[in-house]
Amino acid sequence: MNMSRSFAHIIVATVVTILLIVACFQVPGDWNWSGVWEYRQKFISGWFMTLGLSLAALVLSVAIGLIVALCLAARNPLVEATGRIYVELIRGTPLLVQLLLGFYVVANAVGLENRFVVGTLVLAAFSGAYMAEIFRGGLNAIPKTQRDSARAIGLTRWQSFRLVVLPQAVRLVLPAIAGQLVSLIKDSSLLSVIAISELTLNAQEVNSFTYSTLESYVPLAIGYLLLTLPLSATARWLEASFRYER
Amino acid sequence: MRLTIQDLTQTFGTTRVLDKLSLETGSVHALVLVGPSGGGKSTLLRILAGLDTPTSGTVTFDDTVLQPDEASLRLYRRSVGTVFQSYNLFPHLSARENLILPLVHVHGLSREEALSRVEEPLKRFHLYEHASKRPAELSGGQNQRIAILRAIIVKPKRLFLDEPTSALDPEMTAEVLDMIESLKESGTDFVLVTHAMNFARRVADEIAFIGDGKALAHGPANMLFESPENPRVATFFEQVLR
Repeated sequence: MNMSRSFAHIIVATVVTILLIVACFQVPGDWNWSGVWEYRQKFISGWFMTLGLSLAALVLSVAIGLIVALCLAARNPLVEATGRIYVELIRGTPLLVQLLLGFYVVANAVGLENRFVVGTLVLAAFSGAYMAEIFRGGLNAIPKTQRDSARAIGLTRWQSFRLVVLPQAVRLVLPAIAGQLVSLIKDSSLLSVIAISELTLNAQEVNSFTYSTLESYVPLAIGYLLLTLPLSATARWLEASFRYER
Repeated sequence: MRLTIQDLTQTFGTTRVLDKLSLETGSVHALVLVGPSGGGKSTLLRILAGLDTPTSGTVTFDDTVLQPDEASLRLYRRSVGTVFQSYNLFPHLSARENLILPLVHVHGLSREEALSRVEEPLKRFHLYEHASKRPAELSGGQNQRIAILRAIIVKPKRLFLDEPTSALDPEMTAEVLDMIESLKESGTDFVLVTHAMNFARRVADEIAFIGDGKALAHGPANMLFESPENPRVATFFEQVLR
């Protein structure tokens, strides 16, 4: 059957939506949508807060990932060990614990009181550790002959990294980076534990204000999809633009 | 160019790839290194090209000794060109961008100057219509010719070519060998590692036979091919020219 890819996507998405709607009708009791509508402003402000936090954490985490990946590849054992311990500490502990310790212990110790700044920093540090391993894999995948060739034409180590290795590595790691960024946006829901009024916290509050249980989670899911789907689409477009294989 | 190598040794772990290799050429435009695989030809070429530093020994080109520190070697590499067996073009850049990269980032030309400098050579070597393609869209022969152009576009003092045709089929090999021959006619000095013996004989001013990490014989091409004194060299030529 000759069917375009985007048409197939629309068909599958429609079927899944219908199944979800049917499932909703199976839930006993009435759905109270008027309460959700009444507090729509709360969803909108929460969505923008999530968007802002995620964007800031996203940019920071890419920078952290790249710097830590370079540390992991460093010849100096102290620099390499610093990068390695950072990655293992962050990846080995839950984000929830990092947020609580980061906000109540570390930020308190250094006198940082702004919960938005702390939340963004912890989220970026968490995602940055995963990014670092993704970048490290990408950098290692570039054949040694490419660095050789860069040296042969007289490029410095930095030029070789910037002009030859990095552009090829970015192309390789784009799908994994996009996946990590989607996770970062969803992980931002945990910032509710340090009372940042992002989308999830606001949705939970709407549930309590309206004495409802499940209604708020529907706009909540849609809100996250509105952030993650364009990101995935952009990543696919970038991947296609950077493609240089035959 | 005049090349003098004294007691050049290169070891990797416990393997001694070059073993006190010494060689002194006359004033030549084309020096060709031949010999069995694993004999040390490519290792020697990498040292001559400034890509590796030897464990010990010295290399002198025209009375200038190659200094082993990285800063001196980088300056040296900017003044010479190197072509690899597997082309090693940058796959994310078009053929034209591969050519202008060293001109802009190493030799300080503006992008416009670099673009105008590459036009004529691209036409001369029949690569102009392929200039916007990336390496994956080009044939092996076209890739290798672009790689050679990238090495000569910066007007190097001399060129090092490491088995530039060994990854190519016969038709593409002919394309590349023609290009190397035309370089010789234009007066470019080069050191070539090759297994193409007939070509070596035709193009070389001097041939050095490298085996067991030493220069077992060297001299003018005809002399070496027709009356090799070293029995190891004689056996090798007997086998490959059969």
